[in-house]
Order: sequence, then structure tokens, then C-alpha cells
Amino acid sequence: MAAVLAMVARGCGGVWRRLRQRCAVRPGSGPFPRGERAVACNARGGMMSAGKSGLTPWIPVVGLEIHAQISSNSKLFSGSQVQFAAPPNSLVSFFDASLPGTLPVLNRRCVEAAVMTGLALNCHINKKSLFDRKHYFYADLPAGYQITQQRVPIAVNGSLSYSLCIDNKMSQMVTKTVRIKQIQLEQDSGKSLHDDARSQTLVDLNRAGVGLMELVMEPDMCCGEEAAAAVRELQLILQTLGSSQAVMAEGQLRVDANVSVHHPGEPYGVRTEVKNINSIRFLAKAVDYEIQRQIEELGNGGTISNETRAFDSKLGCTVPMRDKEGKQDYRFMPEPNLPPLILYDAKSLPANMNHQQVINIDWIRERLPDLPSVKREKLVEQYGILPEHSFTLLVWQQDQNCNSRHSNEDGLPEFFENVVKQTQMKPKKVIGWILNDLLSYLKQHSLTVKESPVSSFLLADLLNLLEKKEISSTAAKQVLAELWKGKGKTPLETVKEQKLELLQDQKELEQICQAVIDGQENEVMAIKAGNQKVLNKLIGLVQKKTQGRSNPVLVKQLLEKKLSE
Amino acid sequence: MRVLSLGRWLRAGRVPPREPASRPSGHRHSGHRPQGPPQELPQGPSQVPPQQKVSVEVLEHLEHLALVDFRDSEGVERLQKAIQFADQLHEVNTDGVEPMDSVLEDRCLYLREDDVTEGNCTKELLENARETVEEYFVAPPGNIPLVKLEGQKTFLQGSK
Repeated sequence: MAAVLAMVARGCGGVWRRLRQRCAVRPGSGPFPRGERAVACNARGGMMSAGKSGLTPWIPVVGLEIHAQISSNSKLFSGSQVQFAAPPNSLVSFFDASLPGTLPVLNRRCVEAAVMTGLALNCHINKKSLFDRKHYFYADLPAGYQITQQRVPIAVNGSLSYSLCIDNKMSQMVTKTVRIKQIQLEQDSGKSLHDDARSQTLVDLNRAGVGLMELVMEPDMCCGEEAAAAVRELQLILQTLGSSQAVMAEGQLRVDANVSVHHPGEPYGVRTEVKNINSIRFLAKAVDYEIQRQIEELGNGGTISNETRAFDSKLGCTVPMRDKEGKQDYRFMPEPNLPPLILYDAKSLPANMNHQQVINIDWIRERLPDLPSVKREKLVEQYGILPEHSFTLLVWQQDQNCNSRHSNEDGLPEFFENVVKQTQMKPKKVIGWILNDLLSYLKQHSLTVKESPVSSFLLADLLNLLEKKEISSTAAKQVLAELWKGKGKTPLETVKEQKLELLQDQKELEQICQAVIDGQENEVMAIKAGNQKVLNKLIGLVQKKTQGRSNPVLVKQLLEKKLSE
Repeated sequence: MRVLSLGRWLRAGRVPPREPASRPSGHRHSGHRPQGPPQELPQGPSQVPPQQKVSVEVLEHLEHLALVDFRDSEGVERLQKAIQFADQLHEVNTDGVEPMDSVLEDRCLYLREDDVTEGNCTKELLENARETVEEYFVAPPGNIPLVKLEGQKTFLQGSK
């Protein structure tokens, strides 16, 4: 393995090898449609100005092409296994290697995954869709063509709604929509590992033939933030459906961005395609960089060429990809070995066909799980929490899914609901403890919700003590820190041990307050002169004297009462 | 009907075998390799486009795309004849006729269950490769641009 380890595998999933400009020449889909855009960018309040000179502002236009690897046991057209990281060329059938005499046989599960995804994205499902061959030569495409759906894809005309924060404080969320042009089934290619030292490419066909869903979005977005938010939401949807695990780091979700800029009222500008984007964070950076680059270039009197650029994550910029080939003609032709794919619904269900050979769109629609947007709404409705909190609950879950490779694990939302069930504290207050305290602990220690030493039961118990005013919130945080150590103590035991119970004796508290007032003449004078802020210092002193066992609200009341006497 | 697989016939680079004389000339299936040199079908009303010379640009483009090598005048001539032969399809009036997707379009597309039934034949697959490195296939670094042979270029240019 030494020779292989010594090599550099460039890019993610062999993306660097795409020398061809797909977008430029795909028949039937030219550059962005001229004319009005459906959604104007207003995430940051408007268009991007050209700078101090006050020239006409620029409108950036961003469209995404996303490839999502279908979560299935076997490949799209063959029975070899789908698995990340396996010995090279061990998951390859004769068909995948394009040996003569082999034929494609369509995997039912892949079709179902595409239908589910299409339904979740409000698409029209084509009851008849066709397969085509897209020809180009490359070492990791042994057949010399890719089977895809260029003429009539399986789903068209959908939409994806996603949420975006207006400002960075997560206090105002706005919903945006991007139109989905189409979803098509296609084959993945193998992986190329470039060995420049020996001037050769090593090819692993394990990935060749794996089912992909290509999602083509209309250019309705205008900046990196929107693109990132849309992809996050899509990722969440795919993971919820189970149609794809959509982990970008493992190449299960690949995003290419098409970027252009134009002046308001003028036709769309020339677009560039940006590839080699390996994470959502980089997606936002790449898009924003490219927009800036194009604006600067055009501002300096230059032109934008219709090219493919790669995002260099180290430098944070896009660079032109080697492209000696010029425009590519894919010579699309119908796949001669596959009849049209026919899907049925309840009305058109054929009477005497083998059940296993029939895919019923309505049956699939009925069994779709709750989409993230629905889950979020339910949480907001049921518990009265803010939309942005509901958003964070699910988003963190998504990050967990990506890291733990188990999608749809019961997690934070369920934990939250369990705590709510077991405590008298209002959900609106509970959510603060979940998102601020519990979540920061989990993140700090890189734990999943399941691994949390503090169970929902324990947390509920603690919050009950707080709710009954037996402890202060400061004390509660202290107890939580102790519980986190996982020594098996209950909240009550911890409170007793550390003497954190709130002073219930009013008289004792009054005495302490009086003592503090007596000891701080200067501060008392300042407060009486009108400086209310100094009161906090007195409260602090009382807290100190009571070793944190006083209710700050009560202390404040007592002090104010005494000072006004 | 769209003409399929014309390139495949050309790439074979051989003169198609003569077909038995008794076979009716009009009997053809699409996708079936033409069995003889281009036969003359009865000329219908002039719907057949006039014979066009294939330009050098188109030839070079085709060679580049399909990695075919027309090599000499005989090859180019065969291409011309093939196009002429195929153009006879224009005689058929297809107004208002929905194009077929493929000849299989009324068959049922078989759906396979999502089970792992193949793979794990690394050794067999690598046997076919001329060169391998630790169970990887070896390929040149990226696509090598097509190099034009001196003589060939001169020929093609000369045939304009």
C-alpha cells in the first residue's frame, strides 16, 4: 500500500478530472434564461454596489447543480455493493467494468428514492421517463458513456423552501424558495487518483455505477449564504427521507455552483461553473469569492469567460481548471438497452401485474415521513418556542447525522420533548437550557445526544428544582456542571452536597442585605443620587455573603425597599 | 426514426458483408447492421436532401469525439455513402407521427430488488488490464489531446 499512500488524491471524489464544460453545451439548456428572475436577493438588504464610485449596482445570480448519492445496498444498474471505503475494485461487477455482453438492470430502490425526493420537493413526477447515454471519454468511465436521463427525467418543476437569518444574531428568520428544474437518475463514475510523480492515473471503479440523483436548481439565489442555507435544508430533507445520507465529506452530496453577475434591467451575464466544493461552509465562500471576482473583473473593464473553475479551499479563491478540450459535445442518444420507466398511481395501477414490478407514486407519497419544515412547525405550534430555536434543534441534529453516519437518530428534538414532558417548567424556558447549556456541553465534549451523561430525566429533575424556586439559576448551572461528570448523583443530592439551596428564611436575608448596605456607604450614596447600576454591585455582595444561595430578584427587591426607607 | 449507431458501423472499419441476393432490399430493422453496400431504394419524390460533402471541420470534430480515424479517402467516401444511405429515411412522411423512444418502448422495464449479488471479482477484472498498481487500473494522466498526424492533415485539407 506504500505506493498508494505516497500519492496525492486531488480533489474530492475525483472532481478535478472534469475537464469538460458540462453547462456550456448541454443541448436544450443554454445559459441562464434571459429576463426577470423569480426571486430578488434581499438577504442582506439589497444588491451589491460596485463600490465607492457609486456606479450601477450588480445583481449576482447563483444556480446550483447537486449530485446526491442514493442510499441503497446495490448500484443503479448492477448488483454490486455500494459502500464507502472498500479495497479498490472489490465492489465492481462485470457491467460496472463495462465488459462486453453485460446489460443494465434497473434497481427498484433507486427509483423509489428518486420518487420520494421528487415528492418531498413538490415536483411533478413523470409517469414515463427515459434513459439516455451521455458520451465522453475518461479513464474512470469505462463504457465511454454515462447512463442518465437527459430527455425526460423522472421529476420536474419542484421547489425547495429554506430559512435564512436576516442578521447574525439568529433573531429574525426569513423563508426563501428556490425552484427545482428537474431531478434525474444517473450513474456515478469511478474514482481517479492522480499520481503526477509517475505521470499516471490510478482508477478505482468501486463507485462506478452507483446511483445518483442529479438535482438541477433554477438560478434563483444571489449569494453564498442563500446557497449554503438551501443546501443545508436539502441535506436535512434527504436525510429525513433516507433517500441519501448526503454527507458532503464522503462525496455523497456534491455541489457545483453556477455564478454570474449583471446590472439591473440587463440580460444575465456570462456564468462560470465552480467545482471542487467540499463542504457547505466552502460553498458559501466559493460563491461569494466568485461573485466578487466577477464584479472586480468587469469593473476593471475585463470580461468573464464561460469556464469551469475550481475552488481552492486553502487559498479561499477560485482558479481556472485546465481545459484544453474546449466545448464538449456529449452526443446524447437514447439508451437502447432500457425501455421507458413507467410509474403508476392509484388510478392507473395495472390489475394483473406482479406487485414487485410496480411502483405506485401515491403509495410512496402516503408513506413520506414528516419533512423538516413540518417538524419545525409542529415544535413551534406545540411548545410555543421561537422558529429560530426550532431551527437550531433540527440543524444540530443534522450535523450529528453527518458526523455519526447514522441518519435520523433520535436526538435533540426528542430529548427536548422528553424534558418538557417531565417538568413543570414552560417549554419556552426549557429550550434555553437545551440550546444554551446542554448543547454547549455536548459540543465541547463532542458527544451525541445519546451519549449525554445527563439524561432527559435528570435535566427535568433539575429544572423542577429551579421552577420550585428551591435553587437559583446560577446554582442550577453549577449543579448541571456536576451532573455532567456523570457520577450518578441526583440533582437534589448535588444541591444538598454543595449547599446550594436558596435561602428560604426571609429574615436572615433581610439581615444580610442590611449588613451589606451598612458596609457600603459610598455605593448607597451613589444609588440614592440616582445611579441605579451600583445596585448590582450590592446584589453581588449579598450573593457573595450568601454563597450564591440568594434569589437575586428577591435580593433586589429587598435592597430597593431598604434604600428607599 | 432517429438513426442510431451509425458511428459503430463506421468504427468497425470494414466493408459490411454482402447480403444474400434473395433478401428483399426494403427489409431493414433499425440497429441491425446493414448487410450490404448501400442499396439503392426506389427514389421517392425529391425529399432526399442533395448530397453534401462532409466538411473537414465536421470530420475532425467527429474524429475527436468518437476517437475514430477516417484515415484515407476510402474511409471518408464510405462515410459519405453512409450518410447518403441514411438520408433515404427522409422519404418517409412522418408528419404527425410521434417519434419512438426506442424499439423496446412497449416492453416492460424490469425492476431489480436492491440486493447485493455481484462484485468481489477484483482478480478477474484486473486480469484484463495491461498494467495495474496494487489493485488499481492504470491510466495516462488525464486525457491526452488528439495529435494530428502530419500526412493525415494534409490529406483532409487536400480533399476540400
